[in-house]
Amino acid sequence: MTDTLAHTGTLPNSLRSQPDAAGHFGTFGGRYVAETLMPLILELEKVYKAAKADPAFEEEYDHLLKHYVGRPNPLYYAGRLTEALRADAQPGKGAKIYLKREELNHTGAHKINNCIGQALLARRMGKKKVIAETGAGQHGVATATVAALFGMECKIFMGAKDVERQKPNVFRMKLLGAEVVPVTSGSQTLKDSMNDALRHWVSNVHDTFYIIGTAAGPHPYPELVRDFQSIIGKEIRTQIMEAEGRLPDMLIAPVGGGSNAIGMFHPFLDDMDVAMVGVEAAGEGLHGRHAASLAGGKSGILHGNRTYLLQDEDGQITEAHSISAGLDYPGIGPEHSWLHEIGRVQYKPITDDEALASFQKLSALEGIIPALESAHAVAAAEQIAPTLDADKVIVVNLSGRGDKDIFTVADALGVEM
Amino acid sequence: MTGDRLSARFAACKAQQRAALITFVTAGDPTVADAPAILDALVAGGADIIELGMPFTDPMADGPAIELANLRSLGSGTRTKDIFDLAAAFRQRHPDTPLVLMGYANTMLARGSDWFADQCKTAGIDGVICVDIPPEEDGEIGPALRASGVHPVRLATPTTDAARLPAVLEGASGFLYHVSVAGITGKQQAAQASIEQAVQRLKAATDLPVAVGFGVRGPEQAAAIGRIADGVVVGSAIVDIIGSHGDAAAPFVRDFVATLRGALNANSPLFRETAA
Repeated sequence: MTDTLAHTGTLPNSLRSQPDAAGHFGTFGGRYVAETLMPLILELEKVYKAAKADPAFEEEYDHLLKHYVGRPNPLYYAGRLTEALRADAQPGKGAKIYLKREELNHTGAHKINNCIGQALLARRMGKKKVIAETGAGQHGVATATVAALFGMECKIFMGAKDVERQKPNVFRMKLLGAEVVPVTSGSQTLKDSMNDALRHWVSNVHDTFYIIGTAAGPHPYPELVRDFQSIIGKEIRTQIMEAEGRLPDMLIAPVGGGSNAIGMFHPFLDDMDVAMVGVEAAGEGLHGRHAASLAGGKSGILHGNRTYLLQDEDGQITEAHSISAGLDYPGIGPEHSWLHEIGRVQYKPITDDEALASFQKLSALEGIIPALESAHAVAAAEQIAPTLDADKVIVVNLSGRGDKDIFTVADALGVEM
Repeated sequence: MTGDRLSARFAACKAQQRAALITFVTAGDPTVADAPAILDALVAGGADIIELGMPFTDPMADGPAIELANLRSLGSGTRTKDIFDLAAAFRQRHPDTPLVLMGYANTMLARGSDWFADQCKTAGIDGVICVDIPPEEDGEIGPALRASGVHPVRLATPTTDAARLPAVLEGASGFLYHVSVAGITGKQQAAQASIEQAVQRLKAATDLPVAVGFGVRGPEQAAAIGRIADGVVVGSAIVDIIGSHGDAAAPFVRDFVATLRGALNANSPLFRETAA
């Protein structure tokens, strides 16, 4: 299908050729950073280009993904979930649901795919210190993990509120040898940890590499994070051909910054028969507190890129809310903003309550406890699958496992542990 | 540009054989109501140029002092309209003192660059420093400012190497702001020797006045930098005074600014003769 477009002579119109040389996806993306950081960003771009062209880089990345991360992870047909939805659907309706098992990766989520790639880049640039921001702690744990693996010094910036809410992950990061820096500014959550990571980076550019956790930030981060996460979509292509002999009809993934989603979608962007749904966190609903930047925001500039942001009419950033700490961010990766504007990907809001229900349903039906982030995608699949014919195929990105969320969920359900 | 108060002021300081004193405060800190008295105190203390910070919820390039000032201002309800009103009223009271608006892209561009540039022009703002728009993204704001006769002031940093400097100077106007440390506002102080080296390098590359800021906290340091640069920027130290004294800060601000100005004056043979 990819080749179909190429052979019609419309190759320049491929949706997979973004960003342009200056890092723009349509009007989004770009490099909006302080002058101090510009030379480093430009150097990173050069190093990344060279790495992409170097077979040894790819070989080492693939080797680590296979032997350290445990890839490829399975594409699993969720038969009991599919049948349960069919039971309540009109006759002949109820698409087949497959789950891409990113939660089976080492450290329990897709985050590690990107961290391995960026740590390899840091080493190529001769940087011995890495920093990262984290919300729920998944990206912090993944960064601390690769820092241990590569023998690098590691500092993780984490909102003070999140440090309190996510004690097990804080202890994990410390076990892995990282220093966890509680961030007390602003709302003390993910966006503030990113502010402080940027502040630290600008003061330590000479020896420090910033491992950004999502497909956002100044160019070339959105591009390189997407490329490292594209292993998800590439594996799905191969696996679904084996399972079904054809490409899927729809891909569904949760979107905070959107790295797991763009990694899943990107290899399929030119396959126009494959529909795509990104699931935003609608929190208490779009009229209450939420984190749905596309549904409730507008274009603006934050953390190095132009993208959709939750903001007021003066451009002040408004606080995001989601029961999932990993989706609790007022922005979204710039490529998603572009895909939203051109209509290639549909973005669908799912509330805290809907995600909570799916969290429990998937656990009970399939024996898989999903991360709250991933539960948003499962909830979307539950709503969409019964509207599609039974011979249709949906793949849901199960981006992370839910062990980290059991306290939050118990709390929301009023269960004392 | 707009009668060009900036070049007139730098020329006047040069004629007095001293560096220009550039003082920074966050607009609406601690409240919009207190702001005019604080701006007047800067002028009364001897500030040559006022940098007015546009408060932002996420001031990533700023250290704790200015971050807190941003939160104080926003917490008391400051809106973008208030900032332009403050500037316009200041322009009425002080027709010759240049005003430079400093801040972040998202608040400057929230209603589009043309709207922003037009508001700047109408309010009598002479220059704009946008911290997170590097030369590579100049198209977001530069053309609109130039069309309105407002100077886009550029930043040069310790990481701006020789290869990159021409890109920074291309389209720069008003003055060149040398960020003396790779870091955030108000934290570390740069070594005098490294500042001297940097200023020499910049002055060899441009005819624009070169001002030095970030980490300049007191009169001695201001005087040392004033001996080599065309302007000295002091921000966090003033903002700290406002943080401590709140709505009663104006006289303290005036006295502190006067010590800075005294230190710069003392570099000039003209003032030494007057004193003798």
